[in-house]
Amino acid sequence: MQETTANQVAGNATSSFTEHLQRDRPDLLPYNRDMPAAAAATAPLQVPHATTIVAMSYGGGVLMAGDRRATMGNVIASRHIEKVFPADRYSVLGIAGTAGIAIDLTRLFQVELEHYEKIEGTLLSLDGKANRLGAMIRGNLPMALQGLAVVPLFAGFDTTAGVGRLFSYDVTGGRYEEREHHTVGSGSVFARGALKKLWRPNLAEAEAVSVAVESLYDAADDDSATGGPDPVRQLWPVVYTVNRDGARRIPESELATVAGRIIEARSAERREA
Amino acid sequence: MTQQFYVSPEQLMKDRADFARKGIARGRSVVVISCQDGIALVAENPSPSLHKIGEIYDKIAFAAVGKYNEFESLRQAGVRYADVRGYSYDREDVTARGLASVYAQSLGAVFTAEQKPFEVELAVAEVGPTPELDHLYRLTFDGSIADEHGFIVMGGQAERVSAVIAEGWRPSLRFAGAVRLATRGLASGPDPAAEQGEAGGTLPAKAVEVAVLDRQSETSRGFRRAFRRLNDSDITALLAEED
Repeated sequence: MQETTANQVAGNATSSFTEHLQRDRPDLLPYNRDMPAAAAATAPLQVPHATTIVAMSYGGGVLMAGDRRATMGNVIASRHIEKVFPADRYSVLGIAGTAGIAIDLTRLFQVELEHYEKIEGTLLSLDGKANRLGAMIRGNLPMALQGLAVVPLFAGFDTTAGVGRLFSYDVTGGRYEEREHHTVGSGSVFARGALKKLWRPNLAEAEAVSVAVESLYDAADDDSATGGPDPVRQLWPVVYTVNRDGARRIPESELATVAGRIIEARSAERREA
Repeated sequence: MTQQFYVSPEQLMKDRADFARKGIARGRSVVVISCQDGIALVAENPSPSLHKIGEIYDKIAFAAVGKYNEFESLRQAGVRYADVRGYSYDREDVTARGLASVYAQSLGAVFTAEQKPFEVELAVAEVGPTPELDHLYRLTFDGSIADEHGFIVMGGQAERVSAVIAEGWRPSLRFAGAVRLATRGLASGPDPAAEQGEAGGTLPAKAVEVAVLDRQSETSRGFRRAFRRLNDSDITALLAEED
């Protein structure tokens, strides 16, 4: 009798917010909705899609940047959307794919990390965070099969090892650690091409910011779903750096200067591509 | 077949209340002080890992005295309640009042329905933009709830500690002053002879657990989460600071 009580207590003890929701409030999970089976047969749902995210390591940490466009078919759904978020003090995540589900997943992931920290009194390890994100993406697999996929990119500073690390995912929740740099989203191939030429080991933080903005510029140049820097509306990519001191958002004014410099250099060259 | 003796409801409740009160008075005290810089939570607790003070949400902290397993389960339930609420509505919709009323209901239900009441006393503190907007709630084992002003002292020799705090408390205290006052109060608790021997005797940093809710956490540290646990060296530095 006593043993079953102990087992029950141990079974109920969870530090995971997602597990708690699954047990008590499954309706609140972003991916636990019943979709009518017929929906899959018809044309894919027209919903906003978030596009390109780039991430790279630099001397002392990691950096992640995302453009500001969401598209719905051939229409621009949003020019202001933000797709890179701080997950906690030492990690950031960027999302590509179905914007509505991705933003909810991000919120859930942020609460998941904070919840663990409050219940346990310590931060989750970086690998632990990366695995939790993978499990959430796997939870979204039924939705992904119906065309509502979310693909994140995760970057954080490993406080025990003292290095910045990058993780990419596939729609089944598979987690892959990346070295140097990685990109996701519709413009990712072009951004990746740019990064291959622009990135080099141990970039300084300011150089890394410039490389990220330039690779997004190249992605926007060739991918209609990626937005470039917009001097008319004063819209710049969202850029976060994570290092030993934690995550920091690069201020708009700094990005305006960096983007201005790139646009100027490209105009001066007067070249086609 | 055994005969059930009749016990009047008054007697039953009184016995339960006495039982809980005895359990709570056996432990050491916890002090929660609202001051100019925010809210300081100070507990006499030699363990660096079994906390009596915890973070619930952005602006809300929790402090408890009594049985560890009982208040720890209440703390975890509070964190779950706050996180579910903040996730399904919005972060600013999580309030200390809502949390305190959930605690009051669960303590009340346990007091009347369970085999034994919880031997705990809780404080739920919420820091506001100004000291007048701070909320301090005291919850006792039977589910009664009190909205306190200025400070809360719970557990152990609460009356003796409370007298010291009441004497020194001013709304203009900074964190250093508030923590110093709290440790002086806690030191006066267990042994009245020591208090008379060396006036103003305080506890060493190792023997206390201190956390604060920063009133200006957004501007000073860039965090929405106001809760900050102080380690031994922080406490020593704070106690040495001039007012």
